[in-house]
Amino acid sequence: MIDEGRSRPTVLEAHGLVKWFGPRAALDGVSIAAAPGERVAVIGPNGAGKTTLLSILAGIQRPDAGNVETGGQRVGWVPQQAALYGKLTVAENLRLFARLEGRDDVEQVVERMLDQAALGDRRDDPVAELSGGNRQRVNIAIGLLAEPRVLLLDEPSASLDPRQRERLWEFILALAERGTAVVYATHDLSEADRHANRVLVLADAELVFAGTPAELEQAVGGGLRDFETSFVSFLGQLGH
Amino acid sequence: MRWLLLKDLTILRRSPLLVGLLVIYPIAISCLIGFALSRGPDKPAVAILNEVPASSNEIALGSERIDVSQYSTELYDAVDPVPVESRAEAEEKVRSGAVLAALIIPADITSKLQTGLSPATVEVLYNAEDPVKAAFVQDTIKAQVQDANLALTQALTGVALDYLDLIVSGGEFDLIGQTFDVLGLERSQEILEAISPRLSAADSAEVGEVIEFAGVAGDNLALADNALSSLSAPIRVETTVVEGGRTPLSSFAVAIAIAVSLMFVTLLLASGTLALEREENAYARLTRGLVAPSALLTEKVVLAAVCSLAVTLLMLVGLALFVGLEFGRAPMWIAALALAAAAFAAMGVALGALTRDVRAASLLAFMIALPIAFLALVPSGAVSPGLFGAITAVNALFPFGPTLDALDWALNGAPLALLTVAHLAALVAAYSVVGRVALRRFG
Repeated sequence: MIDEGRSRPTVLEAHGLVKWFGPRAALDGVSIAAAPGERVAVIGPNGAGKTTLLSILAGIQRPDAGNVETGGQRVGWVPQQAALYGKLTVAENLRLFARLEGRDDVEQVVERMLDQAALGDRRDDPVAELSGGNRQRVNIAIGLLAEPRVLLLDEPSASLDPRQRERLWEFILALAERGTAVVYATHDLSEADRHANRVLVLADAELVFAGTPAELEQAVGGGLRDFETSFVSFLGQLGH
Repeated sequence: MRWLLLKDLTILRRSPLLVGLLVIYPIAISCLIGFALSRGPDKPAVAILNEVPASSNEIALGSERIDVSQYSTELYDAVDPVPVESRAEAEEKVRSGAVLAALIIPADITSKLQTGLSPATVEVLYNAEDPVKAAFVQDTIKAQVQDANLALTQALTGVALDYLDLIVSGGEFDLIGQTFDVLGLERSQEILEAISPRLSAADSAEVGEVIEFAGVAGDNLALADNALSSLSAPIRVETTVVEGGRTPLSSFAVAIAIAVSLMFVTLLLASGTLALEREENAYARLTRGLVAPSALLTEKVVLAAVCSLAVTLLMLVGLALFVGLEFGRAPMWIAALALAAAAFAAMGVALGALTRDVRAASLLAFMIALPIAFLALVPSGAVSPGLFGAITAVNALFPFGPTLDALDWALNGAPLALLTVAHLAALVAAYSVVGRVALRRFG
């Protein structure tokens, strides 16, 4: 199965990605594409290769085969657990990473990110004192400092309560509306169903489905109770 | 690297416990060592039961009388004497810990010294529940009894030498209130030589034998002076240093204290700050094109080395209030501390690269630091040659030994081998490579 993408031009393309961890394949010939403003959910059972795929797309790991094309643009990456300094304030964290990104307009970009993340009133609070949701928003804001055309998020709403999750998705959807391609891995199938334009299903290191959530439901005959049931049924049909 | 350094300094500043430890630790250590070096050990309290009656304190050697009690001060000088009235009281004080030991001087000590038929003996009671304390008491009492023995032997030898001189040279001799004139061998020989020519040939030959005996006896007894003098101190010690410097123990103790502090502060800071990057999940984000892993390692080495240099310099200034450190050698202090700090910091980042959180890094640093300090202080000859060779090989892998040599040079003017500098520089390079490889493997 190859993900051809739904719209062109793409801002991210990966072809035939293969990754081995010892004798076990974590990714086996996976290809993916994302267009500006698109929201792509990567779903699949535990150990399917979701985090490995995002790590390779982010440049943290190298594939054993295949390639990733970003047109020379930096890719924003937001790890599952917030990569922040707890003893620094929100603004200091943003300022540090803006400087490390080589931004000339450090103060302006920090203000812009504080505004986008709606954290202006918490700017001088140490990150360690923030709620999980606010911490994740700072985490995402740091991923956006380089103004990437693609943002990769690994389980962005894990460990957040429903209210925090809702506010986080408002923030992410607003980014997509401004043209940022958002690729996210999630265990929460309702997040894939509600927020993704397209879902990619990984199972046993392979890409087994690429399409809209509605197309996934149709693939199992439709008429099932919900997206989650359709997904489980789909995997069952494939023997997973 | 500048922004990372500023970030780490900000984090340090906001960790009051850590900063407090970094400031208080050197001050406390320098005060403790300073007091220990500048004040001698307190005298141990020792109960003294003197059963010798005041009237029996003297021993008589011919016309000479020696007051034995004055030699007991040799014992008392080294201890804090606590007079007791009975053996039971002495035992009770030792048991209760009121005194470290009890010294019992029996009533017959002077008569035994007088007759010489059996050795005079003093008895020591001590509490052996603490092996260290027991060894300390034994050593202290033994050393002081030896000093008293020596002083008494010298006094007795002096009296014996006076008598020998009287026999050889003649002179006046007081006994029981009467003064006797002793002719002496030399004068006897002179008199006999004077009358010998007036005697018959047969008498003159017999007197000649007596004259010869007086001459030989006089000459040999004169030589006995030297033999008796040697008897009071038969062996003297003369020392020659064939290897190493002449650094006094107190000055070397300062070097050890500084080396230990430098090691702990640098290792904990370097390993902890690197491990913090992974504990905060920031490592992957930083090394994803923002900072090269080698630059991150260099930043941690610089941070830890600069902080520990400042801390140990503060310690040295504190210690200088107690012991005589030459401020003129301050540039050497800084050079030695900087090089040693760089070596420990490189080792610290290697440890930090192997661990994923600050607690594990600190524990690993602590567990490695203690044995390497201990091993570096094992002197040659204290263990078998094979084991010492193994210890030397292990020590070569860690910076503590060369750090001690460098600090001994900086503080005490001991000779500095170029090998020491090269050793520390090689350790900086080697541990940096280990850190880099570990980050690639475990990053």
